[in-house]
Amino acid sequence: MHLTLRVWRQDGPGVEGRFETYEAAGIHQDMSFLEMLDLVNERLVTAGHEPIAFDHDCREGICGSCGLMIDGRAHGPQGSTATCQLHMREFSDGDTIVIEPWRATSFPIVRDLVVDRGAFDRIIEAGGYIGAPTGSAPEANLTPVPKETSDAAMDAAACIGCGACVAACPNGAGQLFTAAKVAHLNLLPQGQPERWMRVERMVETMEEYFGSCSNHGECEPACPKGISLDNIALMNRDYLLSKIRNRKLGGQR
Amino acid sequence: MLNLRRAGRERVRRAPWIVSIYRTDTGKKYAMAISGVVLLLFVLGHMIGNLHVFEGAHGGTFRIDEYGEGLRDLGEPLFPRTMVLWAFLRIPLAAAFLIHIHAALALTRSNRDARETKYQSPRDYLAARYASRTMRWSGVIVLLFLAWHLADLTIGVEAVNPDFVRGSVYHNLVASLSRWPVWILYVAAQVALAFHIWHGAWSLFQSLGISNPRFNRFRRTFAHAFATVVVAGFLAVPVGVALDIVS
Repeated sequence: MHLTLRVWRQDGPGVEGRFETYEAAGIHQDMSFLEMLDLVNERLVTAGHEPIAFDHDCREGICGSCGLMIDGRAHGPQGSTATCQLHMREFSDGDTIVIEPWRATSFPIVRDLVVDRGAFDRIIEAGGYIGAPTGSAPEANLTPVPKETSDAAMDAAACIGCGACVAACPNGAGQLFTAAKVAHLNLLPQGQPERWMRVERMVETMEEYFGSCSNHGECEPACPKGISLDNIALMNRDYLLSKIRNRKLGGQR
Repeated sequence: MLNLRRAGRERVRRAPWIVSIYRTDTGKKYAMAISGVVLLLFVLGHMIGNLHVFEGAHGGTFRIDEYGEGLRDLGEPLFPRTMVLWAFLRIPLAAAFLIHIHAALALTRSNRDARETKYQSPRDYLAARYASRTMRWSGVIVLLFLAWHLADLTIGVEAVNPDFVRGSVYHNLVASLSRWPVWILYVAAQVALAFHIWHGAWSLFQSLGISNPRFNRFRRTFAHAFATVVVAGFLAVPVGVALDIVS
C-alpha cells in the first residue's frame, strides 16, 4: 500500500505546531497502525530527520498508552479498538490519513502526538481506591458479589484510561473515564465504605480539569473498551446522592 | 507541567448547600435538567391550550378567549384574580428560563476552556447528533422567538402587532399569523424547538441519573414522541391559519 500521512508535528509543549506530509510507500496491510508509524520513523531517522513522537507501550490494547486522532476519530475508523490494535487493512491504497494528538486543555501536548494525561491520575488519586488490609490475601469467597453486579463492575473496570473519551467529546469532558472508575468501585461491596466520598471527590477533581457532559454520546463509540454511557448516569446519580446522604448512616443498608 | 485550569481560583467561602451544588458543572446539569422538565411541561401545557383554537366560537365568544380568561381566573375565589397565574405559573416559569440560560452560559464557557486549542483537522462525529451539537443555537432561536412572541401575543406591543386587542386571543393570533413573514417565523421557531426538546427530553434522564437497563430504550422513544407531539400540536395553529380553518 502507498499512503500519504498528514501528521501533527510540534517540537515541544506550548510551541506552534504544524501538519507535515509524509509519503509512506510499501505498507503491508497486516501491519498495525503503530508498526506503520515505526516504519515511517525508521525511514525518517535514516534520512537524518527527527522521528514522529507517539505514545505506546503494550501494543496489545490493554495499557492505554497509545491514542491518536486518526481522520477525525479517536483511535481511528475501527470501533472498540485502541490505536495499536488498528491494522492497515482498514485503509485502502492511496489513502491520505490525517493524524492529530488528543486535544484538550488538560492534556497538554508534550511533543508531536504525545500528550500528558496526568489529569487522569489526579482523578484516580482523589478516590479511585478502596480501603483493604494488605498484610495477607483475603479469603477468596469472603465477600459474595451477585453475578450481574460483578459483570457490570468488570465492564466498567475495563477502562484503560487512554483518554479517547475526552478526545472525542465535543466538550472535552472526562465523564466517561471518571464514571467508569466510579462505577467500577461503587458497584462492588468492597467499594461501599468510601462510596459517597469517592464520587464527590472524583467528580469535583474531574471538573477542575475537564468540560461538562452534554450527553452527545460521542465518547461511547470512541472508547476502545466499549464503556457504556450508563456509567455516567450512575455517576450523576451517586454524585447527587453524595450531597444528600447522611453519612453517619454509611454502615446501613 | 500539569495544566491546573482552575487551580488559581481561591477556594470560595462556604456557600449554602444548594448553591454549592449549583457551583459544580454536574450541579448545573441537574439545574439544566430540572428547569428543562419545568419548561417541557410548560410547552406541553401551552400546546394543549392552543388547541382550543379549533373549538371555534360558542355563544359569541371564542373558546380560546374563554380559556385565556380562565387562566387569569385560576384559583378564584380562593385566591385573588391572576394571583395563581403569576405566583404558580409565570414567575416559576421565568425562574426556570433564567436558571436554564445561566447554566447553559456557564457550561458553554467551561466546555470552551476545556479545549482551548481546537482540532486542526475535520472531526468525524459518530454519535453526536445535529440536535445535540446545536443546542445553544436552537436555544438562542427559541429565546429570540420568545421575545417576539411575548411582544406579539401576550403584551401586544403596537410595533409588533398593531391589531392587538387585549383578551381577544383568537382575533390576535389570526391577525398576527396572517402576515406571511410572521407565519414563517413561527414555523421556523417550532422547528428549532423540536430539535431542542428532542435532545433535552432524552438528555435529562442521563443528567439526573435516571437509568435502568430495563427502561433505557424507552428514554429515546419518549424524546421522539414528546418532541413530535408538542411540535405537531404547535404547528397545527399556523397550518390552520394558512388553510383558512382558523380565520
